[in-house]
Amino acid sequence: MNEKPVKLIDKKGVRLDGRKAVDLRPIKLQVGVLSNADGSAYIEHGKNKILAAAFGPREMHPKHLALADRMVLRCRYHMAPFSVQERKSPAPSRREVELSKVIRESLEPALFLELYPRTGVDVFVEVLQADGGTRCASITAAALAIADAGVPMRDLVVACAAGKVDDTIVLDLHDEEDKLGAADVPVAYMPSLDAITLLQMDGILTPVEFQKAVDMAMCGCKKIYEMQKEALKTKYMVVRDIKEKDEVEE
Amino acid sequence: MPTYFEKKQLVTPGELLAEGDYLPGENTYVEENKIYAQRIGLVDADNKRINMVALRAFYVPKVGDTVIGTITEVGFNGWTVDIKSPYNAMLRASDVLSRPFKPQNDELSTVLNTGDLIVAKIVSYDRAHDPQLTVGEPGLGKITRGQILNVMPTKIPRVIGRNGSMISMIKQETNCQIILGLNGMVLVTGKTVEDEERAINVIKKIEQESHISGLTDRITQLLKENKVNVEEP
Repeated sequence: MNEKPVKLIDKKGVRLDGRKAVDLRPIKLQVGVLSNADGSAYIEHGKNKILAAAFGPREMHPKHLALADRMVLRCRYHMAPFSVQERKSPAPSRREVELSKVIRESLEPALFLELYPRTGVDVFVEVLQADGGTRCASITAAALAIADAGVPMRDLVVACAAGKVDDTIVLDLHDEEDKLGAADVPVAYMPSLDAITLLQMDGILTPVEFQKAVDMAMCGCKKIYEMQKEALKTKYMVVRDIKEKDEVEE
Repeated sequence: MPTYFEKKQLVTPGELLAEGDYLPGENTYVEENKIYAQRIGLVDADNKRINMVALRAFYVPKVGDTVIGTITEVGFNGWTVDIKSPYNAMLRASDVLSRPFKPQNDELSTVLNTGDLIVAKIVSYDRAHDPQLTVGEPGLGKITRGQILNVMPTKIPRVIGRNGSMISMIKQETNCQIILGLNGMVLVTGKTVEDEERAINVIKKIEQESHISGLTDRITQLLKENKVNVEEP
């Protein structure tokens, strides 16, 4: 397992999981999977399996955290103990606290916080299985959960990473590429408004490579955005389709 | 000044609806002279105004609205009421008791206790203050019988129908009294439980299928079918 493969990308430009540099991993999105939450979404992004649940807007508890002039968004990113190969302690780690903040800040620009003062929206992200790029998949799912809860939004937020592996810029890194590669650039993006809400980088890239990575990530985001819209609509289309079929049969 | 949607099209938050000389209606917003959707819902243009009926939304209090709520807390001089909105409503003791309210004489929990349901009207609400309720009008007050049904608050206008046509039809066909709380809670009171069940089924159907055309016809049919079933056994 821990042996480093000689090459992450072979001579033909094929990556370890058989993808080309600009390919995304297969993505499955589902909305409204939890009945106790106001809104929810489930994403399978490659081997990542992530649940997101949104509650609110509702009265803030504890009350002193409420703000008089706007709504408060709270996020909790958490990895299940069984989400990685070696058991992860269920207590929030330093990394999880940081990712909670990063997810919150990438979603905040999409919400009309000033519309509902003194209230709070809670978003819970539970990683069931992790395989690199969980922060991006989490943002994608969390945005869907918030939309499903009926909270007004400027746009859906989509996230996708690009990075550098074996001297090539590639899209959507998986776990091994993330760990053994040279750089990772996660980008969260609101496609209709053409606005970036999260931009991080670890590793070293030249300015040219960096630009290429951001462009590539944004391109990936746009593809996922279409799937996001589709997933949100599907929930209501199902009722409509069944109905229309009935009418045809009659 | 183009628009980018067909009538009754299903759109998601952030979708561009129109550009230029249009007015943003419900559930839409403007940015740089472009109108976008705020929620998932169905778009419709009414002259120059772009309107959206949201499929998922929550209730935002409005002065004058009739709502149905649950008492969640009995306080010193009033009650806290859950009206299924982001804000909890307050009901003052002096509003309920016809005589002057004295905390040392009156035990509020004997009048209304936690878990009780009330029909009330919103008398005041703004950004800085929680909604204030009143029960001092005919038809308002504690609910003693009937069944409660929760629907998405944006669907209430569909249950009412044009000029109240839908609701009066349901009332007539099922012999039920129906009080619609604009916050999405509906009280159905009938002579028998069966009557109530029928009314509830119809309202549930409206909630589920209000975004599919030909709703009125289907509901009329459903009401007729049900009636036959009741007479036959």
